[in-house]
Amino acid sequence: MTGTDGAEPGTAVETHAPKPVSVGVAVISDDAVENPGFPPYRPRVSDLDPAKERQNERRIFWLFLASMVGSVLAVVAYIVFPIHEGDMGSVRLNNLFLGLGFALGLLGIGFGAVHWAKSLMHGHEEVEQRHLTRGKPETVARAGEIFTIANEESGFTRRKLIRNSLIGALALAPLSALVIFRDFAPADNPVTLLKHTLWEEGVRLARDPSGAPIKASDVTLGSVFHVIPENLHESSHPLEEKAKAAVLLMRLLPEDLNVSEGREDWNFRGIVAYSKICTHVGCPVALYEQQTHHLLCPCHQSQFDITREAAVIFGPAKRPLPQLPITVDEEGYLVARSDFHEPVGPSFWERSL
Amino acid sequence: MSTDTATATTAAPAAEQKAPPGPGMRFVNWGANYIEDRTSLSGMVKELGRKIFPDHWSFMLGEVALYSFVVILLSGTFLTFFFQASMAPVIYEGAYPTMKGVEMSAAMASTLDISFEVRGGLLMRQVHHWAALLFVASIGLHMLRVFFTGAFRKPREINWVVGFLLFILAMAEGFTGYSLPDDLLSGNGLRIIDGMVKGVPVIGTWISYLLFGGEFPGEAIVGRLYMLHIMLLPALVIAAIGVHMILLIVNKHTQFAGPGRTQENVVGAPILPVFAAKAAGFFFIVFGVIMVIASTVTINPIWNYGPYDPSPVSAGTQPDWYIGFADGMLRLIPPHLETEIFGFTFTWYILIPIVVLGLFLVVVALYPFIEGWVTGDKREHHIADRPRNAPARTAIGAAGVTFYAVMWAAASSDLIATHFRLSIEWVTHTLQALLILGPIIAYLVTKRVCLGLQKKDREIALHGFESGRIVRLPGGEYIEVHEQLSDYDRWRLVSYEEYAPLMVRPNTNGKITVSTKLRGALSRWFFEDRIAPVTRAEIEASHHGH
Repeated sequence: MTGTDGAEPGTAVETHAPKPVSVGVAVISDDAVENPGFPPYRPRVSDLDPAKERQNERRIFWLFLASMVGSVLAVVAYIVFPIHEGDMGSVRLNNLFLGLGFALGLLGIGFGAVHWAKSLMHGHEEVEQRHLTRGKPETVARAGEIFTIANEESGFTRRKLIRNSLIGALALAPLSALVIFRDFAPADNPVTLLKHTLWEEGVRLARDPSGAPIKASDVTLGSVFHVIPENLHESSHPLEEKAKAAVLLMRLLPEDLNVSEGREDWNFRGIVAYSKICTHVGCPVALYEQQTHHLLCPCHQSQFDITREAAVIFGPAKRPLPQLPITVDEEGYLVARSDFHEPVGPSFWERSL
Repeated sequence: MSTDTATATTAAPAAEQKAPPGPGMRFVNWGANYIEDRTSLSGMVKELGRKIFPDHWSFMLGEVALYSFVVILLSGTFLTFFFQASMAPVIYEGAYPTMKGVEMSAAMASTLDISFEVRGGLLMRQVHHWAALLFVASIGLHMLRVFFTGAFRKPREINWVVGFLLFILAMAEGFTGYSLPDDLLSGNGLRIIDGMVKGVPVIGTWISYLLFGGEFPGEAIVGRLYMLHIMLLPALVIAAIGVHMILLIVNKHTQFAGPGRTQENVVGAPILPVFAAKAAGFFFIVFGVIMVIASTVTINPIWNYGPYDPSPVSAGTQPDWYIGFADGMLRLIPPHLETEIFGFTFTWYILIPIVVLGLFLVVVALYPFIEGWVTGDKREHHIADRPRNAPARTAIGAAGVTFYAVMWAAASSDLIATHFRLSIEWVTHTLQALLILGPIIAYLVTKRVCLGLQKKDREIALHGFESGRIVRLPGGEYIEVHEQLSDYDRWRLVSYEEYAPLMVRPNTNGKITVSTKLRGALSRWFFEDRIAPVTRAEIEASHHGH
């Protein structure tokens, strides 16, 4: 952390002169045990016994040979274990034998080379001196001098007006590039988009993924349906719309439902529809516990109580799952009464505006 | 490294050759001189060829990371020749029977084609995925090694930060790659990212909208992540590895204390030939082990998950292991943390995890500077500490590891609950308590264990070790004979740095500044409990005692 003030002209040279190094709160003992120096070399068996040396040499040869065999086996496996379309067993065999061939080819080289290095190559440790990471004082002084000269010759610190205007120009140049990121997404306002789904008055509730509309009479007590709007497949962005419009449909005993004021006509004889998109971070809340009427999100374990209008009873989520008001049309099919009355899915900054 | 190897094996014998060289050697000599005349490469060989690398098993962890990255580059390049980074909807008509006729993105369909129609395609996918998991894991372990041995101290603080950036980049590489096949599992991962981004105040909604090229999931994200995954992020990783290696060479490697090893030298094997042979051999071993795993163990079977669809999800969804800590933090936040202020929504259950994770990572990145400030020690440190000899640091590390581990476990809270037949509520509440208490307990226990081990070391250094030989003295008394250590063995136990708490004193203006007080408090926390290294006088006294 020294020399940070080296930017001032003419000061760099001085500040880079060597300083005594602080030891901080280290305790320097004058009675510390002395380093005993290098221990004697402990010879390896192959240093002492020529027979062992030859044995190691043979082993290394065998390892390299095994590698060659493995590489050839990989080529053979590629040919003799072809993939037959639709036959998963052939994929598995190809994967297994090709891989094992490659592996033998690689491991043979690897173990051979390491074994060579450890058992036959020169075994003595060598010593190299370290030097202070910081350059020699002359080098550091010369570097400082060069910066000083460059500063004088360019007038970088002297000509403050043009220096500061250069800094301003450099700062502004990348800023102008930021605007081109706007068209990463279409011109619409995301806030408007997030507040609307495909549901509107009269849109039939349909099964996911077949798209078949659902009759109220098909929804037996205790059953659960994964639902999409019937018009989803006509949409130009079906996945984006599905990510907002996916709904879970359940039938409970009407007396089990605690209906709040203003929502009296949102269910149809105990059939209720709730957004399937978790209000935490948007995973599908797909697990319904029939006995307790709880919905569980498998991603972060938020739990919602359907008898209490999907109120959060456990987990990180804050808001209940939005309810889709439903009724039946003249043919007995379940339809939406309107869109959701609040944005579905994870919270966002402008959500309540 | 490979160029050095090639040049040096050719250049070195060329200089020493006495007998008239054979045709092969004449060609090698000619080649070496040809290159030398045009590159002056001999200077580099002279500088680096006999550079010394100390040896210790824990120094391999960084090598594993480096080599698995090479494996990732090789296997990933193969995959790019087949993969189509497009979310355009297609009807799958490929070889996998159960998916025939299913609508999916071109990305998913081409991933299935790589798996089921290209010979070796599935193998390369699995090599790539396993190598990526190993890459992040080995970086993590390498960081822990560097942390617990204090190898981040001056002059290596900057290299610690570069390594930290590599860890972040590796996770980013992993996540972007994991998302590319556009399968159900990774799509739900992106959905979670989308939900988190939307929870960021002011800009979140727009950032998500721009990132996904419209509303989630859009048709842009796979192509965009692909560009990041195969170009921008790898370029940054390679650049950071370059800086990491250059600083490694400039600073030279640390070494553990041992007889003859000092702060001023480095003891070990020279690059040519021993270290190069071991390192290159080890590359092939790492590659080979990844290959064995990839050929025998399935990873990421996207054909079981199906294409991404915002409506279905499978129970027990799990991210790749290295994202688990972030996902776990999302699960551990207490319920109902969201407020509206002037109509704006503050999503605390997103913001708090982001801030907590951010702070955790910032502390990790800045730790070398914090410890350096507390000790005030400006000397260079080249002898790696044994973890027990820096009890406070080791305890802080253990607390950090525990904190991470609890978050990580929380990412599997549902699987823990189902496997051990516990309620999810109980598991979550237990992990919430452990997130706070676990690090504290780990800190206290680790510190005591370290001090205990230091005492044991001191005991052995002074009085030797129990030989197991029981001797009956003439008076009838039985004693166990203690054998003294050799000077070489003792040196490993007694050569470590000792620090004492800072004596807080007024500065030249007669004032005790807040920062001095803080430094004093921190250094008391670090160094109040300490075991001093054995001194010569103590050794002599112990010898006379017997």
